Amino acid sequence: MTVADLGILRDVAIVDGVAVAKVTPTYSGCPATLAIELAIETALVEAGFEARIERVLSPAWTTDWISAEGREKLRAYGIAPPEEASGSKLALFGEVTVHCPRCNSTATEKISEFGSTACKAQYRCTACREPFDYFKCI
Amino acid sequence: MALFDAVLELADDHLVLGHRLSEWCGHAPMLEEDLAMPNMALDLIGTARTLYDYAATLEGQGRTEDDMAYLRGEREYRNLLLCERPNEDFAQTMLRQLYFAAFMHPYWQAAAGGGDEVIRGVAGKAVKEMAYHIRHAGEWVIRLGDGTEESARRMKDAVEALHLYTGELFEEGAAEGVDALPSRAAIKPAWEATIDHIFGQALLSRPVVQYPQTGGRRGLHGESLGHLLAEMQSVYRAHPGATW
Ligand SMILES: [Zn+2]
Repeated sequence: MTVADLGILRDVAIVDGVAVAKVTPTYSGCPATLAIELAIETALVEAGFEARIERVLSPAWTTDWISAEGREKLRAYGIAPPEEASGSKLALFGEVTVHCPRCNSTATEKISEFGSTACKAQYRCTACREPFDYFKCI
Repeated sequence: MALFDAVLELADDHLVLGHRLSEWCGHAPMLEEDLAMPNMALDLIGTARTLYDYAATLEGQGRTEDDMAYLRGEREYRNLLLCERPNEDFAQTMLRQLYFAAFMHPYWQAAAGGGDEVIRGVAGKAVKEMAYHIRHAGEWVIRLGDGTEESARRMKDAVEALHLYTGELFEEGAAEGVDALPSRAAIKPAWEATIDHIFGQALLSRPVVQYPQTGGRRGLHGESLGHLLAEMQSVYRAHPGATW
């Protein structure tokens, strides 16, 4: 899984001899943003570039930017990739069909709207009994 | 400097409410909520950081986001009184969150089409997060309001305790006439529609407020903000200039 797969790395270009990487955070308060930026800068420096990171807020990151390959890698790791929301994101008790990353069953239920990180919710599969993280659709 | 003041007001709302939510960490009534409330706090504090950073840039006096958050006293804080209200019980915390998010969601929606690039960026991100906060807090207000005798009583008490602070949401404050930001008064119909939709299912009704409370935008706060700031600022003030 790379930061490009996740759609966080928006662009890298050489500007006046400096490698400029544009990064868009997932959530406003994502604590990993700084670590990701440092890792990108380190990788560029180790590859022999003079590097600079630019944080780009607009347009806002969306789960639509996760690549098809990225979605597969999430699933293989045991995290259900974001599904297309069926109705309004404001719908109370809104139902989204989430596929179990282990057995692909749709017999899944939400345990918690919020998970171990801001970008994930907690679900469980009632077919194979596996609890899993779901990458929320935003 | 109207834009600077207006951005600072928004930043203060988000930091103070974010800090209040973070106070639940380790104390929530169940594990899921122990994850949910700090996660929502992170959204709010993340938004506050970007806004403080922007305010410091607009001011151009060399202050940083940390200076804005940690080196201003309570009379300099411009947050809404609603945001500083103590957590009390879980019902009050969820209702406070619903009141705030039900305002900020349409507010950021309107701001996302405005003429300021930084505000557009903040708005595009925050509008999605506020949709989650409305859902999460709204579902709890319904569960508790239409729950047991005890939970319904507490939810009614929460409405009684907090509704008098909601009028301040719609005061224009420093944003009066600032093109980059939407009119706050114009958000009222959308806010009322969301609250009525949820209150209808929660068996609650919007009370008529006799004595609305305002003053936060002028730095006139309740006693509890001072306690919050003292706790939040103590480390930074004890070690000026420390970084982490
Ligand atoms: Zn399964």
